Amino acid sequence: MREEINNGAAIAKAAPNPSFVKLASVWKKLRRSYSAMIGGGLVLIFILIAYVGPYFTPYGPREQNVINKLALPSSEHLLGTDHLGRDIFSRIIHGMSITLEVGFVSVVIGLIIGVFLGIIAGYYGGRIDTIIMRFMDILLAFPGILLAMAIVSVLGPAIVNVIIAVGIFSVPVFARIVRGSTLAVRKLEYIDAIRSLGASDARIIFKHILPNVTSPLIVQATLSVATSILTASGLSFLGLGAQPPTPEWGAMLSDGRAYMYDSAHVATIPGVAIVIVVLAFNLFGDGLRDALDPKMKN
Amino acid sequence: MAKELLKVTDLKQYFPIKGGMLGRTVNNVQAVDGVTFTVHEGETVSIVGESGCGKSTTGRAILRLDEPTGGQVEFDGEDLLALNNRQMRKKRKDLQIIFQDPYASINPRQTVRQVLEEALEIQNVVPKAERAAKIAELMETVGLGAHQADRFPHEFSGGQRQRIGIARALSVDPKLIIADEAVSALDVSIQAQVINLMKKLQRDFSLTYLFISHDLGVVRHISDRVIVMYLGKIVEIGDKTSIFDNPQHPYTKALLSAIPVPDPDIETKKERIILQGDVPSPINPPAGCRFHTRCPFATDRCKTEVPELRTEEHMKEGHQGACHYIKEIQAGTHEAKY
Repeated sequence: MREEINNGAAIAKAAPNPSFVKLASVWKKLRRSYSAMIGGGLVLIFILIAYVGPYFTPYGPREQNVINKLALPSSEHLLGTDHLGRDIFSRIIHGMSITLEVGFVSVVIGLIIGVFLGIIAGYYGGRIDTIIMRFMDILLAFPGILLAMAIVSVLGPAIVNVIIAVGIFSVPVFARIVRGSTLAVRKLEYIDAIRSLGASDARIIFKHILPNVTSPLIVQATLSVATSILTASGLSFLGLGAQPPTPEWGAMLSDGRAYMYDSAHVATIPGVAIVIVVLAFNLFGDGLRDALDPKMKN
Repeated sequence: MAKELLKVTDLKQYFPIKGGMLGRTVNNVQAVDGVTFTVHEGETVSIVGESGCGKSTTGRAILRLDEPTGGQVEFDGEDLLALNNRQMRKKRKDLQIIFQDPYASINPRQTVRQVLEEALEIQNVVPKAERAAKIAELMETVGLGAHQADRFPHEFSGGQRQRIGIARALSVDPKLIIADEAVSALDVSIQAQVINLMKKLQRDFSLTYLFISHDLGVVRHISDRVIVMYLGKIVEIGDKTSIFDNPQHPYTKALLSAIPVPDPDIETKKERIILQGDVPSPINPPAGCRFHTRCPFATDRCKTEVPELRTEEHMKEGHQGACHYIKEIQAGTHEAKY
């Protein structure tokens, strides 16, 4: 018996924390995936542009120059001007932070509410589970944009309300994922062990279940940012989100719609910007999923 | 005799089977159906039986890890099932469990120190300042080095992990420890170490064990009294020598005849009772005696009448069997059918 212990002491040097080991292996797999690296790199660049870019734009986002309206891209106006002669390049750069904030904040709202409801449903089960999850099913049954439109039309058109609406519409996705993982973790023997020591439900949930359900959440959150950006732009396009002078991409697209035949670039450029951002988040999310999925381990 | 520490009366644990459109309960798995026994302070009582007989479920129901369907669990004179959640959490200090799988029963993200610290913190056993010393002491008590406290579970062997599980159970100074197949997942040599450790701890800390196992050799080594279960019911209960040397119930006899003897001469001559058929489903258990579908002595009476636990004249005090024909089988007047 003594020998066993002493051997153990000799062999096992201070091994690193398993969470770090896992993080390192995830990073290793992420680096091998082109799509994740391209997506992640783009996301980082976007964040940089959103918060540093506005200081370096050649024109202000609301600076009008009506004489030079609907100009094609030139050295003076990199991406041309819109129907009020505003520089589209500057507006795109200024709109970046709005787009990202809408995406991130709404996902955080959806994440917090969804995780809370999902963990409660999965941990307690029974009637509570049924009530919460049927309600989630109802939310999920609506097409996202329709649900968001309904919420915004109740709250009134404003960017804050768009964030709330998109947040609510991403709740059920998170609730379902967390409920599923909670059901699996709750059955593990060490949860029973902690419970038999007399731990409170709150301790079990926050200290022992929550850390075990994070991987699928990270992936879903990344993918949800893309969906949220798309939905929020859609709402602004329909006039339910950001109001005119704001350089929001969906609203810009909507403004440019009237000049599609003569000056297609006014509508196309914000559209392309939305596509690139959504694509970047999707690529990154897919790469993350592959890296975090335990079944993909080789 | 020592005082009664744990008194289980008519314990029932049914698991509902939901079905149909509305998720109504269509049927029940009667995992434990009316189990009654007592455990005295300082003794080791074992529950044996084959897989699915409800022995683990009994342990979990006593600890209210699964809420029992019916019956009473009295611990130290207090009805555990009547306690509310808050009171029960406090009470859990006195009843601890050691699990079967040393790999699944410790959170892989916590170091041993964190595991033990959390246990001490939950029950507030010692003041914060003394916790480090207590952890070191616990590690030494279960035969691990205090310097190993900052390691993660994956750095230990199965036997060492089971020691960590024991340390965790001990940390809150319990009175009763339920060992749910605590050594079944370990190598035989490690089993012996862990069992000897458990015996030593029992002496040092005057612990009471409820030892759940399917390993009759281990049970014989560690127990004072033995409970034999079959399909959710107790078929025989008695002190170790009565059960092993003088089994009365046909099921116990069959079970014990399966223990290998480490002597090839005896082993080949030994008469093994091979039961026919499989264990029936606990969803619709057989009426009457639950063992009648496989019992070589079964009669029509066994199919309708449920046998109660009884002590016949030739049996020692406290030795009870649940069979209608204990006396007749003993006297040799009731012939086996196969």
